[in-house]
Amino acid sequence: MEKNMITIAHGSGGTATSKLIEQIFKKHFSNDILSQGDDSARLNLGDARNLVFTTDSFVVTPIFFNGGNIGKLAVCGTVNDLATSGAKPLYLSCGFIIEEGFGMEELERIVEAMSATASECGVKIVTGDTKVVQKGAADKIFINTSGIGIVPDGLNISGRNAMVGDKIIVSGTIGDHGSSIFLERESIGFNADIKSDCAPLSGMVQDILSVVPDVHVLRDPTRGGVATTLNEIALQSNVSILIREDSLPVKREVQGVCELLGMDPLYMANEGKMLCFVSEDKADKVLEALHKNKYGKDARIIGEVTGAGEPKVLLKALSGGNRIISVLAGDQLPRIC
Amino acid sequence: MRNYIDEFRDSEVISKIVQSLQGYSGPRLKIMEVCGTHTMAISRYGLRSLLPPQIELISGPGCPVCVTSTSYIDSATELADNKNVIITTFGDMMRIPGNNSTLIHKKAQGSNVQMVYSPLNAVELARENPDKEVVFLSVGFETTTPVIALSVSKAKSEGIKNYSVLTANKTMPEAIKTLAGDKELLIDGFLYPGHVSAIIGTDFFNYVAYNMQKPGVVAGFEPLDILYSIKVLIDNITNGKIILENMYSRIVSKEGNVKAQQKMYEVFEPVDSVWRGMGMIPKSGLGLVKNYEMFDTAKKFDIKQKDTPEPKGCLCGEVLKGKKRPLDCKLFKKRCTPENPVGSCMVSSEGTCAAYYKYGG
Repeated sequence: MEKNMITIAHGSGGTATSKLIEQIFKKHFSNDILSQGDDSARLNLGDARNLVFTTDSFVVTPIFFNGGNIGKLAVCGTVNDLATSGAKPLYLSCGFIIEEGFGMEELERIVEAMSATASECGVKIVTGDTKVVQKGAADKIFINTSGIGIVPDGLNISGRNAMVGDKIIVSGTIGDHGSSIFLERESIGFNADIKSDCAPLSGMVQDILSVVPDVHVLRDPTRGGVATTLNEIALQSNVSILIREDSLPVKREVQGVCELLGMDPLYMANEGKMLCFVSEDKADKVLEALHKNKYGKDARIIGEVTGAGEPKVLLKALSGGNRIISVLAGDQLPRIC
Repeated sequence: MRNYIDEFRDSEVISKIVQSLQGYSGPRLKIMEVCGTHTMAISRYGLRSLLPPQIELISGPGCPVCVTSTSYIDSATELADNKNVIITTFGDMMRIPGNNSTLIHKKAQGSNVQMVYSPLNAVELARENPDKEVVFLSVGFETTTPVIALSVSKAKSEGIKNYSVLTANKTMPEAIKTLAGDKELLIDGFLYPGHVSAIIGTDFFNYVAYNMQKPGVVAGFEPLDILYSIKVLIDNITNGKIILENMYSRIVSKEGNVKAQQKMYEVFEPVDSVWRGMGMIPKSGLGLVKNYEMFDTAKKFDIKQKDTPEPKGCLCGEVLKGKKRPLDCKLFKKRCTPENPVGSCMVSSEGTCAAYYKYGG
């Protein structure tokens, strides 16, 4: 069996991605900061001890979709990764890899979206790079953004901090982005109007931290969805998590698409949602802050951290039965019947 | 307004049925859910954890991808090497391992492999690419076969000559007969697939009840459908009622979908077929009739499928027959995982091993 090659599964954010990171990247890049395993790296630079740094690349197809485009996504993705550490994002870099023949007008629309989104969250795009490759060497346009931000003194938010008794809050409906892109990409003739939730969440995170600065974990459940992100946190913090199916906010259209294709909203990507772990006595305050923000109005508690020592995620199904929620193995594939 | 989903997920009603099931104090019973979609639903809704310990659910051979032979996958991956061929397939087939490769790996190497949601999309692709042969991997039970038949007759009526199907379609009845007649298989009753029954009707399952002395229930796929059907089946077994009950009558009729059956048998006819893990079952597959043989990929490319042995240590065959559970297999969760499946029960999202891996037993 041929196994020594990169397949699409390695980019899915699931088990194959984790293995690639462990077996290739971490093996060769090994250092104490990388091994923390968070979405952004906290750096100690002497006077600037609270600097966080992150990077992300964007290769979405289609590049213009219902609710955004690759440019908006490139700013949101990196800003949100910074926000998960509680940082105020400050500066972004952007690198473009563009296929020859790409329309100048399309490029301008993408850059305008980047500018508007950056303005919304108060970040400056301060450096960049452009490469053009031959026709066929890239799919239209790829964007990399890197970002730095500052974490206020005394804040310690990390995937390693989940504690027994923590309530788990999701900031809104799940699976919107993944379902939206899926419908646009595949010609399956559905007329469901599902918008990507692509949004910059740094302002919303600041709203949370202004009322509850000691949130334990923040994480944006992008590739691999809520299920994969919860598994990552369970592993990082060495805890068991229980979520309840009847508490999961899922739009009817998203549920419908998933039901028809045999897919699960829990594994669908989100680009404008935040998972928040907070002690039980402060959960209501966090919810209140979220509900006041336009990106958090559908926030709700979906479960809690139930135990320590055995990393796993369980779901209490509508039927009352329990099932284990595992990490996505590769891309979700629609079922045959 | 009814949406036919929420009513069948009502937790209050479910808990009443669960209470009644929990009260069962009779002998140990083995119930086989034949259909892969039932297997997934049982796991997804955590239904096993709601049943009393004496009720054991066994997963049968009703996942179309799981029962597809490795030699068929080998033929498909070899065909993918042909630069003049576009392979089109349902998503689930992409990860299934043959002896040498998978379609995902072939795609990564540059083969033209495309996922489609309907064989009719493949016919469109053939129309758009007249210089390429578009091959559809024709896999599935009675649920998916009618639309594949439709694609073939559409290609013929529209004069599209560069479309063909590599057939491995299977039918449920002969496999059920084989299982029901297996002396080693101590199954007390069958949970029959609603989707297949919607096409073929309930007559055959009646035959199994009355002539092979195996009671059964045709069930839908919502948690309430499944739990209530299990309860009905247990009550019938307990009371010695060897009958078939149709608990999915909102979809399934006695005669099934006659139009779909007619379309299916206009294009296909019964042929002997190899089921992964079960071997050759006479007249349990479907091949193209003479009138449509110009759309048969195997004839176009002179493909002779060889019968290849199961991977060493893999218990997929026993799992498909309900004789073993995934947890009995030494490869399960070790060498055999969803990202590196050894056997096809781990490949399909409906495969028994994938369901156990993903949701726990």
